[in-house]
Amino acid sequence: MNTVNTDVLVIGGGPAGLAASIAAHDAGAKVLLIEREQRLGGILKQCIHDGFGLVRFKEKLSGPEYAERFIDVFKEKEIPAMLQTFVTESKKTDDGFLTTVVNHEGVTKIESKAMILATGCRERTAKQVSIHGTRPAGVFTAGTAQNFINLMGELPSKKCVILGSGDIGLIMARRLTLEGAEVVGVYEVKSTPSGLTRNIHQCLNDYGIPLHLSHTVTRVFGDDRLTAVEIAEVDDKMAPIKGTEEIIECDALILSVGLIPENEIAENLGVQLDWHTKGPLADESLMTSVPGIFSCGNALHVNDLVDYVSESGEIAGKGAAAYAASARKAAPKAVDLEAGENTLYIVPQKVTLPEGDASEKTIVYFRSKEIFDKSIFRIQNEKGEVIFEKKYPFLRPPEMEKVLVDFGAFDLANGGKLTATIEEVTA
Amino acid sequence: MTEQTIVCITCPRGCTMNVKQDGDEITVTGNSCKRGEVFAVNELTHPMRTICSTVSTAFPESPVLPCRVSTDIPKEMIFDVMKEINKVVVKERIGRGDVIIPDVLGTGADVIATSDLLK
Repeated sequence: MNTVNTDVLVIGGGPAGLAASIAAHDAGAKVLLIEREQRLGGILKQCIHDGFGLVRFKEKLSGPEYAERFIDVFKEKEIPAMLQTFVTESKKTDDGFLTTVVNHEGVTKIESKAMILATGCRERTAKQVSIHGTRPAGVFTAGTAQNFINLMGELPSKKCVILGSGDIGLIMARRLTLEGAEVVGVYEVKSTPSGLTRNIHQCLNDYGIPLHLSHTVTRVFGDDRLTAVEIAEVDDKMAPIKGTEEIIECDALILSVGLIPENEIAENLGVQLDWHTKGPLADESLMTSVPGIFSCGNALHVNDLVDYVSESGEIAGKGAAAYAASARKAAPKAVDLEAGENTLYIVPQKVTLPEGDASEKTIVYFRSKEIFDKSIFRIQNEKGEVIFEKKYPFLRPPEMEKVLVDFGAFDLANGGKLTATIEEVTA
Repeated sequence: MTEQTIVCITCPRGCTMNVKQDGDEITVTGNSCKRGEVFAVNELTHPMRTICSTVSTAFPESPVLPCRVSTDIPKEMIFDVMKEINKVVVKERIGRGDVIIPDVLGTGADVIATSDLLK
């Protein structure tokens, strides 16, 4: 059996893993990337629509263009990658981690000082949104439809219904329409859309595709192939209202009902997860509860912009390289950061406080729990003193916010707790 | 005078803008930057959009190649441009930025490849 050695092992070759690999390499670490698919780029390979890179490159790029900019750099720097390679096991050892991978060449053991988990997220499936009826072909996730059309060049439906208003569902509503399919409508169980406002406009309104809020699919029909779905209006507890049912003929039901960070490897390694984000609890360098294991991108928390995925990859890459070089000092002082009132989640959940006069701003990401007009986002300590405050004209859960906080400017006590809250200001 | 609400699609911020039109005079409020104003004025005068799609290829391992228009095209021409895109079969191993259809339907926009996947 082959055994290889590296400083930093990166799992996943999507935008997070690519950015993490490049950052760790630039920080002087020996890096190895593991990717299960044939090509690097992750989900961006099939995200052919544009709008990527507006924050980072100030350009409107398509997914492949954005990914390939990083792949070009990755290749220029000759960072090693193993493609079509699966992780079968990873465990902690005395001086790091031992990971077993398998590919065409057989089994390889990889010893690494640090690990970066850039495993992305998975789509929730029909099984996770319990729909009654038969189990015909034609019920699939928006990501699967995207793969069919954009990578395989096959149109998987002539007339479809989309359940859920997540961004991929909205993007696919437009894509299917452009390719000649009829999208009867997008049905969302919640009373507010899940996707970005601009996507409601440029993907649905532009093409006359109706969005039905507070509606869901209650039943599917069909033996071999889907023939129809039953739609019903829901009440404020999301329960279908009797008498509002309507049957819609269609050959596909496309689901865009949420994304869940993928953390199977993390959980097997004993990494603690945050029930808010469904990703690992992390500190400001994106190190998880297990020293030496870092998390970034959609594995850490589901992002709406790839620009932030790359950014988190870079933070994790830098952190992992420093850890591998033992340049990272043991955390003398750290505080917990918790999502409080009106805050859906906050990342990182732990912040190491700088020593002495050293002052470095920490990137903090958060989402609001509901749609708010004029509001104030605050981070306060246990005494109620305000550490950070920022005003927003509006906050919407689908749109993640990023702030830079200088935690070093305050005399925070070790083991303390900070709470993030959002207060809506009524004029 | 007419008044309407337009959501800016230029960036992910998605500003909700109020647009007042009085003859030739258009007043935009609620935008966070200059691009919002340009977008709102265009929406009232000549709405422009970008399109991203795929073209067929002659290579079985990669049956389609992603592409997009190099610059925005008139909104009403989206489906005409899609028809042109769907006529193409790429037979050369072209890459990112290479022109597939120059000046598609006289719009001034080229249809360009957006991936090196054939390389």
